[in-house]
Amino acid sequence: MDEHHRRNQIFSIIAVACLFLFLLSMHLYADDYQIRILNNIALFIILAVSYNLINGVTGQFSLEPNAFVAIGAYTSALLTLTPAEKQMAFIIEPIIWPLSVIHVPFFLSLIAAGVVTAFFGFLMGFPVFRVRGDYLAIVTLGFGEVVRVVANNTQTITNGPLGLKGLANYTNLWWSWGIAAFTVFYIARLVRSSYGMAMKAVKYDEAAAESIGINAFKHKMLAFTTSAFFEGIGGGLLAHLITTISPTLFTFFLTFNLLIMIVAGGLGSITGSVIAAVVITWGGEALRVVEEPIRLGFIEIPGIPGMRMVLFSLILVLVMIFARQGLMGTREFTWNGLFRKIRAWTHRTAKES
Amino acid sequence: MDFSLIAQQLINAVSLGSLYGLIAIGYTMVYGILRLINFAHGDVMMMGCFFAFYGIMIFSMPWWLSFPIAIVLTAFLGILIDRGAYRPVRNAPRISALITAIGVSFFLENLGLVVFGGRPKGFPRPEIFGGIYTFGDIRFLGLSIWVPLIALVLLSGILFLVYRTRVGRAMRCISYDMETTRIMGVDVNRIIAITFAAGSAAAAAGGILWAMKYPQINPLMGIIPGLKAFVAAVLGGIGNVVGAMLGGLILGMAEILLVAIRPDLSGYRDAIAFGILILILLFRPTGLMGEKLPE
Repeated sequence: MDEHHRRNQIFSIIAVACLFLFLLSMHLYADDYQIRILNNIALFIILAVSYNLINGVTGQFSLEPNAFVAIGAYTSALLTLTPAEKQMAFIIEPIIWPLSVIHVPFFLSLIAAGVVTAFFGFLMGFPVFRVRGDYLAIVTLGFGEVVRVVANNTQTITNGPLGLKGLANYTNLWWSWGIAAFTVFYIARLVRSSYGMAMKAVKYDEAAAESIGINAFKHKMLAFTTSAFFEGIGGGLLAHLITTISPTLFTFFLTFNLLIMIVAGGLGSITGSVIAAVVITWGGEALRVVEEPIRLGFIEIPGIPGMRMVLFSLILVLVMIFARQGLMGTREFTWNGLFRKIRAWTHRTAKES
Repeated sequence: MDFSLIAQQLINAVSLGSLYGLIAIGYTMVYGILRLINFAHGDVMMMGCFFAFYGIMIFSMPWWLSFPIAIVLTAFLGILIDRGAYRPVRNAPRISALITAIGVSFFLENLGLVVFGGRPKGFPRPEIFGGIYTFGDIRFLGLSIWVPLIALVLLSGILFLVYRTRVGRAMRCISYDMETTRIMGVDVNRIIAITFAAGSAAAAAGGILWAMKYPQINPLMGIIPGLKAFVAAVLGGIGNVVGAMLGGLILGMAEILLVAIRPDLSGYRDAIAFGILILILLFRPTGLMGEKLPE
């Protein structure tokens, strides 16, 4: 416990209160488009921070979040649709029995989404963590493809390519930001715990970690399953935010977006993931200008649709070449660090004047 | 299943398999030397198809001129990608190189969407490849015979390059130990550029054949064949050129068999490759013909 513990706690509470007031004012005064962006930001914070746990903190480079988000989204959606709605939606083949009658409230469906996804992550971890490095990346990428193919073909569970439509729009600012805050809090605590230390040890040198008695496989599994749990909840939120899901939604594009976020923020830094999720989600919207026609006096430059993704992929390559550490490296934001910075800065300006 | 049906499916399987094999050669060569999964390989193949397409459509070249030019251009594209994106991260951790490769892959796909447009384009099929032949009950496209033949010729060419030339010897040296090879006075970057050129050329050839087989091209066409070709490379033992071709043939066989035996499961066709991949990595991570262990 350091000397500033109490002060830091107070500042944390103030920060949370500020976030709450900000959200409240947005809730009251912002238009639908702005609220949609805010929801997206919260969603990407959840997904990026939990993806970072396995890729950045534990150093196991994997490419499966689209699979986890898909599992979570389908689980949650199938549980909140009423039996009547499900009967209407499954026009080609009827839905199988237990799913056809179950109907639970939104919150329970999110928990279920997390648990089911974590279970799939757990099962998948056994084959996946027998390999490392590039092979791990390819196997997890393959898992993502398999989930998509299965979702396309299991007509009686997922409604196949038709997907699920007309989900209730439950995801609002409070759900998305509440869960985002919880995710960041929980994963930050986990990373600082002895489990988190062990995960970092596995990242830097697996053999050395094993030699001091850390069970690498166990900690990889823990990170992976935890990551899956939150990705699944994120999937549930996503489903009830956009209200229509189908297998085409969960392609590698989703994983790619998250990958840019955690890489640009700094692999291993929760703070970095949060900042990158905010900036990139917001920036992605702001960058829509490049896709719209620009008017300069009499000349009109036609917009180029799809240009944003070109820019994003270029950014990813450039970050890798010129700024491999990303924004934050593996550093984290702390109140102590902030005050140290402020003190150093005031000290310097006082000297100069 | 009677004989003619089996023969028919066999022709299809060999033809599909040699396409996977051709694309897999590029993966396996680059991985063998740099330990890098060139994620952009499938997209390089796509670019090759578009070069050939525009050669015929815009510059009205005959196919026998357009295809070789497209292959050469794709080889240069391979060199360019290596020079611009992979060489700067060569001494970085391998994960950085992998992320760069993913970035290049997305860059090519999205650039393709912007420049070529997302709508699929019909790919011309020259008459020589388009004929339909009949032997008793067996009917097949001329292309199905051309594909394995062309694959065999290209495979021999690459085997000659790797095992019978000085450049090939340098490639094999780099795959053992890049630093020592450099000390021995080999221009490592040049050899790597040649590797990329050869792999990309094989991919372009595979891609053009692919485009004629399924006469349609679009900027995202490289993703699935690229992934499957990678699986083929792992299956055959990554780093081994003959293994890549063998892996491609086995994968093609497995897919055609599934569709032939259980047509109701044909929707799962794209998942087979990854099922095979997981089994291989679990039980024989070095692949069928590989020697080295992964990492």
